[in-house]
Amino acid sequence: MFVGSVIIRTCRRKGCDMKRRDLLKNIILFIPVSGAFRATIQAAQANSDLNGYHPENHYYGMGIEVAKCIGCGKCIEACKIENNVPREPFFFRTWVERYIIKKDSSVAVESIHTGGKQPKETIEEKDILRSFFVPKTCNQCANPPCVQVCPVGATFSTDDGVVLVDRDRCIGCRYCIQACPFGARYLHPQTRTADKCTFCYHRVVKGLLPACVEVCPTQARIFGDLRSRASELVRFQRMNKIHVLKPYLNTEPKVYYSGLDGVVN
Amino acid sequence: MNQELTEKLTDLLSQVTGYIYPNEIEIHWSILIVVYPYVTGVVAGAFILASLVKVFNVEEVRPTYRLSLLTALSFLLVAPLPLNLHLGHPERAYEIFLTPNLRSAMAMFGFVYAWYLMGVLLLEIWFEYRGDLVVWSREKQFPMKWIYRLLSLFSNDISKRALEFDHKAAKAITIIGIPSAFLLHGYVGFIFGSVKANPWWSSVLMPIVFLMSAIVSGIALIIFLYMVITPIRGETIDMRCLDRLASFLFYAVIVDFSLEALDFVHRLYESEESVKILATLINQKLFMSLLIIQVLLGMIIPSAMLVAGRAWRLSEELRKLLYFTACILIQVGIFSTRWNVVIGGQLFSKSLRGLTTYKMEVIGSEGLMMALALLVLPFVILTILVKLIPPWKEASRQTS
Amino acid sequence: MPKKVPEQIIRLGIVISIIFGSVALTLYLLPPALKDKPFHRRSTILAETAKPIQFAGSNACADCHDDKYQQKKTGYHRNLSCETCHGPAAEHAADPITIKPFVARERRGCPTCHEYDPSRPTGFPQINPTIHNPLQPCVTCHNPHDPVPPRTPEECAACHAGIVRTKAISSHALVACTTCHTVPEKHKITPRIIRPTKPETRDFCGKCHAKGAPVVDAPKIDLSTHWEKYVCWQCHYPHLPAERL
Repeated sequence: MFVGSVIIRTCRRKGCDMKRRDLLKNIILFIPVSGAFRATIQAAQANSDLNGYHPENHYYGMGIEVAKCIGCGKCIEACKIENNVPREPFFFRTWVERYIIKKDSSVAVESIHTGGKQPKETIEEKDILRSFFVPKTCNQCANPPCVQVCPVGATFSTDDGVVLVDRDRCIGCRYCIQACPFGARYLHPQTRTADKCTFCYHRVVKGLLPACVEVCPTQARIFGDLRSRASELVRFQRMNKIHVLKPYLNTEPKVYYSGLDGVVN
Repeated sequence: MNQELTEKLTDLLSQVTGYIYPNEIEIHWSILIVVYPYVTGVVAGAFILASLVKVFNVEEVRPTYRLSLLTALSFLLVAPLPLNLHLGHPERAYEIFLTPNLRSAMAMFGFVYAWYLMGVLLLEIWFEYRGDLVVWSREKQFPMKWIYRLLSLFSNDISKRALEFDHKAAKAITIIGIPSAFLLHGYVGFIFGSVKANPWWSSVLMPIVFLMSAIVSGIALIIFLYMVITPIRGETIDMRCLDRLASFLFYAVIVDFSLEALDFVHRLYESEESVKILATLINQKLFMSLLIIQVLLGMIIPSAMLVAGRAWRLSEELRKLLYFTACILIQVGIFSTRWNVVIGGQLFSKSLRGLTTYKMEVIGSEGLMMALALLVLPFVILTILVKLIPPWKEASRQTS
Repeated sequence: MPKKVPEQIIRLGIVISIIFGSVALTLYLLPPALKDKPFHRRSTILAETAKPIQFAGSNACADCHDDKYQQKKTGYHRNLSCETCHGPAAEHAADPITIKPFVARERRGCPTCHEYDPSRPTGFPQINPTIHNPLQPCVTCHNPHDPVPPRTPEECAACHAGIVRTKAISSHALVACTTCHTVPEKHKITPRIIRPTKPETRDFCGKCHAKGAPVVDAPKIDLSTHWEKYVCWQCHYPHLPAERL
């Protein structure tokens, strides 16, 4: 009823290539098939479908040592390759900001690799008081506002502390993009659904590092398991004074910065 | 990737001032989301006007009672369309009923909407019209006869007792309807007001401001419709009714203006970290739409007109002219209010360091033409409704 | 007397029950998978974990390229992952013969990290590519798997490009680095361990700037009265002396 009419209406719109006949066929087929599908899925659930990986034993976070970042942009590139992020400079799961604090205490910021204006060229070196790079990504908040606002529950926190998006159920309302204080989400132009950093979940469950951490030449990014006392991240937290982005919004970010300058937001 | 989108975003990139997060170049909630709160605002406003007659017994405005109900219904039927059309996947909209996230303000839309449409508005209209429908079904020929029979749900009883019952039922529903109308539009305000990431939206006053501006736009639209339709029907405008409506409109504008001014002054005085970027936003991007259209043309000038009409005891013709102009200005002003909230809230970066630009599409599913079509559609529906169940012939009174 | 239920209520009741009934029926008939949130999450996690891997990770490289691994693990690039320079190599790891990873033999790869940039942390080795052996591929002098300077740098600018550039526009432009810094030969090989000297006293600057000093065009001050409790570089940055802080 409602569903069908909605689908048909959408299909009349430009850009939808599903034929109406196909659609009806799909709907008719879908009902019994999905029931059978569910049974198989549940059977699969009983087995170890993640190859012996147990999410409940892990809780992931990331550390960032600001003083080590050289702004080479390898992380951005690797992320785009690993995660099929569009190459155009308007879509990022992770990015790096350059901060330049001038002697008149004004602050110039740019996202490296986004083209546009390059303050680096227009600011004379003698006017610089201090300057540094800050890598940014989804903070995988423990109290995520994006998850709170999703009307259909298509985005959620996993047991191991990663916020994922269900691209088969996201309706593309973009409320989560509005709700994220860090600008970490974007609408994927191909799928028309929200997309964001997953800490390279497909790598992490297989014991690999996220792509950005793997390629970082200076170990400015530290990935680890907060549930393991021996993890690099816990060691990083023990050895450093830690700050998170926008702590006053109480999103409880799990990307921990050491040596973060006060002007960064 | 889509070449058109790339070009559009590259073009926007050159217009960015200051620093914005790299994902923030594109405005995600377009003009359709401006239309949505505007349309629901009219619904809530028109309903609240109707309730003045039923619950508060303001007899002067009775001539607009049924018109208000039908206007509310026409706009309510259109309200979900802009939301649906702007989705990345409109064909998945039904999920909001299957797996609603109960912590999400937006997930409640389906339920609030269904309740307001089915539980309040349709019921009230049905009880209000039932007697007439029965009479019409007896008078008219096929096929109208059957349409009326169907609409009256084949009910047949127009005894005095039954009509009295209808009257009581409509009144009871209106009493439930007032908080529901508040809920419907206050809830729309909450969708914006609860986004803590956005300092332009995040305000506890947002639902109240939305509600008051909704009442303003609803009353202004009813005055407009009443002043247009009555001469078309060849009747004379009831000045007592019009003056009364105008004074309600004036009070609503004053309350709305005070609340918005309070919000503005509060932000300015608290001067939190966002104050600089918001000041730049108002000066550079919203100067025209906020200060000129919304405040000057949409509030100050029309309220002066409304006062002038009464204070100087102007002639009827002049008063009509003033009210009519004021109503049009107010509509433009309220639409601008929605624009400033929805679009304004996305023009500045959450890094509070820069601004982006909104380039409206003209054609396309989220473009200007679509928005205009959605704004015209309620009037088309209203025309059909008015033809089908005329709000002014109270046939039941004549027969009973 | 029991009140009769009005006719309209009965009719409405029927319509409302039909509406509710059909909604309930639809919900009942819909496949449970559509309504089951835990199932949705589960399937999302499965879909997410099934995505292909592009970067194999440096452990995978060490399995075959032990020689490079051994060479790299004691050098300055020991913490660098192979794929930082060679690009994603999961396909190469799966099919080593036909798919070869990227090998950066040209000059443009290294400046990504080693070009001088004022925002980079001080101490990170940086060069100015326009003056540092222009046009020569980096690999002719530096082995990327064990990068040490092939010979002692002739110019301080090879590593301290930022300071040299600043100094070049200052009034100390013609003063050589070695006028103020004594540079042990070993600093050029182990720069972090053997460090050059820095001026330590007011008298050092006084050699040129004190009243009566032999250097003609240097501005003169009276060391005994000119802010005698401070050392010179608390107010004057020697590489940009015109600037007073």
